[in-house]
Amino acid sequence: MPKLRFGKGGQPLTDSNLLLVITVSIFAAMYIISMIAFGGGFLNPQQFLNLFNENASLIVLACGLSIVMVTAGIDISVGGVTALVTVCCAVHLQGQGGNVPASLILALAIGVAFGLIQGLLVAYLDVQPFIITLAGMFLARGAATMVEVNPITVTHAGFAALRKIEIRIPGIGYYAKNGNFINSKIELGVIIALIVLIAVFAMFKWTRFGRNLYAIGGNSQSALMLGINIKRTKFFAYLLCGGLAGLGGFIYLLHTGSGAVTQATGTEMKAIAASIIGGFLLSGGVGNILGTLFGVISLVTINNIVVSMGLKGPWWQGITTGAMLCFFIVLQSIIMSRRNGGKAVRPIWMRKSREIGS
Amino acid sequence: MPKRKALMQRYAQLLIPLLSLLAVIVINLIVNPAFFTLALRVNNAGNSVFAGNIISILDNGSELAILAIGMTLVTAATGGQDISVGANIAIAGGVVLRVLCGNEAAPASLHAPIIVAFLACCAVAMLFGAFNGMLVSVFKIQPMIATLILYTAGRSIGYWVGGGQIAKISDPFFSYFGGFIPGVPIPTPIIITIACIAAIVLALRFTTLRLYTQSVGINEKSARLNGLNPLWIKFLTFLIIGVCVAISGFIKVSRMSTVNYSSIAQDIEMDAILAVAIGGNALGGGKFSIGGSILGAYTIQALMVTLYSMPGVTSESIRFYKALVIILLVSISSPVVKNGVSKIRMLRKKDIAREVV
Amino acid sequence: MKETVLEMRNISKEFPGVKALQNVSFTLREGEIHALMGENGAGKSTLIKVLTGVYSMDSGQICLSGKPIKIKSPQDAQAFGISTVYQEVTLCPNLTVAENMFIGRGKYSFVKWAEMNRKAKMLLDNLGIPAKPAQQLASCSLGVQQMVAIARAVDMDCKALILDEPTSSLDEQEVVKLFSLMRDLRSRGVGIVFVTHFLEQVYEVCDKITVLRSGEFVGEYSVEELPRLDLIAKMMGKELSSLSEISEAASMVHESESDFVYEAKNLSGSNGTKPFDFSIRRGEVNGFTGLLGSGRSESVRTIFGADKALSGDIRVGGKPARIAKPFDAMKARIGYLPEDRKRDGIIADLSVRDNIIMALQVMRGAFRPFSKQEAEDFATEYIELLGIKTASADAPVGSLSGGNQQKVILARWLLTHPDYLILDEPTRGIDIGTKVEIQKLVLRLASEGMAITFISSEIEEMLRVCSRMIVMRDRNVVGELTGSELTQDKIMRTIAGGAANAQA
Repeated sequence: MPKLRFGKGGQPLTDSNLLLVITVSIFAAMYIISMIAFGGGFLNPQQFLNLFNENASLIVLACGLSIVMVTAGIDISVGGVTALVTVCCAVHLQGQGGNVPASLILALAIGVAFGLIQGLLVAYLDVQPFIITLAGMFLARGAATMVEVNPITVTHAGFAALRKIEIRIPGIGYYAKNGNFINSKIELGVIIALIVLIAVFAMFKWTRFGRNLYAIGGNSQSALMLGINIKRTKFFAYLLCGGLAGLGGFIYLLHTGSGAVTQATGTEMKAIAASIIGGFLLSGGVGNILGTLFGVISLVTINNIVVSMGLKGPWWQGITTGAMLCFFIVLQSIIMSRRNGGKAVRPIWMRKSREIGS
Repeated sequence: MPKRKALMQRYAQLLIPLLSLLAVIVINLIVNPAFFTLALRVNNAGNSVFAGNIISILDNGSELAILAIGMTLVTAATGGQDISVGANIAIAGGVVLRVLCGNEAAPASLHAPIIVAFLACCAVAMLFGAFNGMLVSVFKIQPMIATLILYTAGRSIGYWVGGGQIAKISDPFFSYFGGFIPGVPIPTPIIITIACIAAIVLALRFTTLRLYTQSVGINEKSARLNGLNPLWIKFLTFLIIGVCVAISGFIKVSRMSTVNYSSIAQDIEMDAILAVAIGGNALGGGKFSIGGSILGAYTIQALMVTLYSMPGVTSESIRFYKALVIILLVSISSPVVKNGVSKIRMLRKKDIAREVV
Repeated sequence: MKETVLEMRNISKEFPGVKALQNVSFTLREGEIHALMGENGAGKSTLIKVLTGVYSMDSGQICLSGKPIKIKSPQDAQAFGISTVYQEVTLCPNLTVAENMFIGRGKYSFVKWAEMNRKAKMLLDNLGIPAKPAQQLASCSLGVQQMVAIARAVDMDCKALILDEPTSSLDEQEVVKLFSLMRDLRSRGVGIVFVTHFLEQVYEVCDKITVLRSGEFVGEYSVEELPRLDLIAKMMGKELSSLSEISEAASMVHESESDFVYEAKNLSGSNGTKPFDFSIRRGEVNGFTGLLGSGRSESVRTIFGADKALSGDIRVGGKPARIAKPFDAMKARIGYLPEDRKRDGIIADLSVRDNIIMALQVMRGAFRPFSKQEAEDFATEYIELLGIKTASADAPVGSLSGGNQQKVILARWLLTHPDYLILDEPTRGIDIGTKVEIQKLVLRLASEGMAITFISSEIEEMLRVCSRMIVMRDRNVVGELTGSELTQDKIMRTIAGGAANAQA
């Protein structure tokens, strides 16, 4: 394994950055090859920006998951919370006196409430995060049906206005068939998602809390010895993830305009997959949030490629996504085991108690 | 005295599933004393068969119970879980449909004998089990991540394998496996489940499966120094769960005589993991109790049936109540609570000792 | 007279069945490097754990700069200025060097990378540690990681620095660097407690030596007044001399012209064992000796196939054999009791019974499990034979004391009736009585014709049991001693001869 030596000051890259570099280069290669091979839509900047437009909420959810995954935890409830948020907000907006700020607060409150309970149970009761957030997923989807079984389309004027907000990017665009130049656009949700991404990036990089998250994932026993409050840090990680799930749900509603129980089915696994492709290891302590962004858009790009290749069967998307995931997982496993001298690492919650103790 | 204590310890693991099952039963009896009545009815096919909530629980819990067997072994040996079983059931179902229907959507006659379809479905499910097993044992990927791949791709693969269409099997014989065999009043899935349980009991009795999987799950290094091959044993548990997937997939297809790839056996992986956890098995691997997991599976099923029978619970909102029960169960069996309880007990014992002195 | 930094008075600590510490005292002064010595099970690590708040003591007093203090947790110890650097580095490998030095300290909400890296660079340069602040810790060698941990401790104004076997996983050059760092710290007035197994290192760097034996305080000496052999005598004691008669009988056996049970030519292993020749006869007890890390454990692991062999012609009972994995060795009727009982030996959650039948069951095959009754019979037989103290055969082996766990593993291998049994540190961390029992058992088995390799870090013990000793250094076999050559002095010289060479 040759050491990659283009980090700062000629040092080998950190694990997080190595995986980021791999993810970004594979995405770039994939996209450039598609541009050459398929041309068409891939040359249209709008299609690139649509990667973001379509997946703004997934980016936010994946950011939340990255936060818990870096502590070697997991949260499966985010998809369910998203669905619950879309339903609750839709009901609120369609009801008497519904207004947009209140619905946003409602969305965040639902997310934070889930994060709070799950965080308490995981951090202070030492419950396995997989099981408890699985229960959270059931709880959220079940609760959503109790609020409203049927899909609701939001027609609230204020909200509709919000949905219509598009940001035209000057100078970038394409020529329509009639010869007019059309500027490419991004939706409001993307702006929010990017702000979240930058905020999470800053948190990971420059705050004490962010670095503590990495320390816990790296070696929780050591982190304890280094004077880090593991329980509190973990608790806030889940809280934050819950809050972001709430926000993600709101963005989802912004994009689709309808609230339904069946919204965001399987999104939790998409978010986990995006984080893994982005270089976050389930064993914790490794990953760069920018990778998560590329993870999300890689997942979508592969689907676009499948469509462009003329593979019409609806099954191809799932299969290629799985194949890509397989490629990344195996690749990362090989790279990390070479780096760690062949040691397999398990997330904390899967280790046996005495393994942690010793 | 010490022997009794050891016995108690062995069965202490079954306490939580037994208690929760008991609680479900008691609640049912209070709410509706007729809940567990068993009746003989004549069904559509003209058979007289047993009906009632108990039969319904045992019948519909079959797939879960069978999967719980495999999930327990995977958990014990690898310290992780297979989250791809639901998706693999879709693949297995696809294989059954493809073999039996070929490319026709609703064939008048079956294209192959049913046994061929079953064997093909077993072979394919084991193949995908082997894929997961290889990722876990050779590449040393955590089971949850390794199986995330098939979780993502499995349903699509099933659709593809099934020929891209949702074929329907109208052969009456095929529906016996998910329904009733003429003249037998007990639903076939219950019989199949009993056969599976018997098979695993025999396997545990006449092979060293238990000793080996537990050793590998508890201390892999030590197991290797005792001459075991931990990689092979982990791989083996994934093959076994492959067989479990094939059998429960076969029952599922027979029940519905078709496969809806996106919804067949949805969330069953979560339920199976839950069954293992409720059965008192540590999700970190090691010692296991298959009986506990099976009890756990039926507890979940009983809970579902109970919840359905409650006023105001719809098939949609059932997940909400299920989640509440899970949270409760997991919280009271969490290490912190357990330690707390045993500390209180210790203190009490000390106090008693002091009083005696 | 230098000022006293830390004083531990009359510390006692009892675990169920074992008196780990009895009235032990320890005094650390400013600017001194103080070695804490003792064989395995002497109570060194217990004392350190009491000092760092991992264990609570039953009685005794700890004073820091004259004031009595109560230490309840590692964090407490840290706050008092008592820092510990363990053999296993307790830092986060995924963070950078600078972060590992500063994380979790003081009050801050934001990380000022530039400032942190600048401070870290100053500190690293100041202490001469060859690491860059922005480097990921995992990319540093173990030695450097340990130095980073020390740098962190030093920067936190530690008054007492405890180094718990810091050198056992380091190579020569790293040890040299570590020592110069330690001397540097000494000149700055830091008191250092140095726990180690290596005699050479003690004489190279320490000022004072405190010796513990079987949980008791033997004495505090300055390095000049305690020559090496005296130190060894103090550490080992002479309680076991009663066994010397049996030893005579044992050494008779190997002279007889009996068959070779196991022969290896040019055997080398992926664990770093350099090629060596080795053979052992029926009824012989031989030993591999050398300092910790000399390759004595690695060589037997290679013999058993626990670590992959890279080369070697192996003959078992005169016939060529291939041993690629432990199972091959077991089929060749070789048994192996591993050095690290917890990691490689016991299967903690399984019952004593399952642990005893494990190896024999594996040899018998997966489709022929022992019946409950058979297993129970085996377990009862060996529990009685070896005097294993357990509530029942059903009790999980993890609940037993260390000595009894060891006997369970011994039972496991005796049950397979091996021709050749390898025992790596069978007496580590167990009480004297059990030690003697195990030694006697080894000699009895040998007299019945079993070939045995016996490894121990206590040379005296090996002298009593072994009739031939293979001396190792730096993963090389450097000598073989038999008969009249088997004296402590001669062995020490053969081992030490290496130390002199290595330094040149």
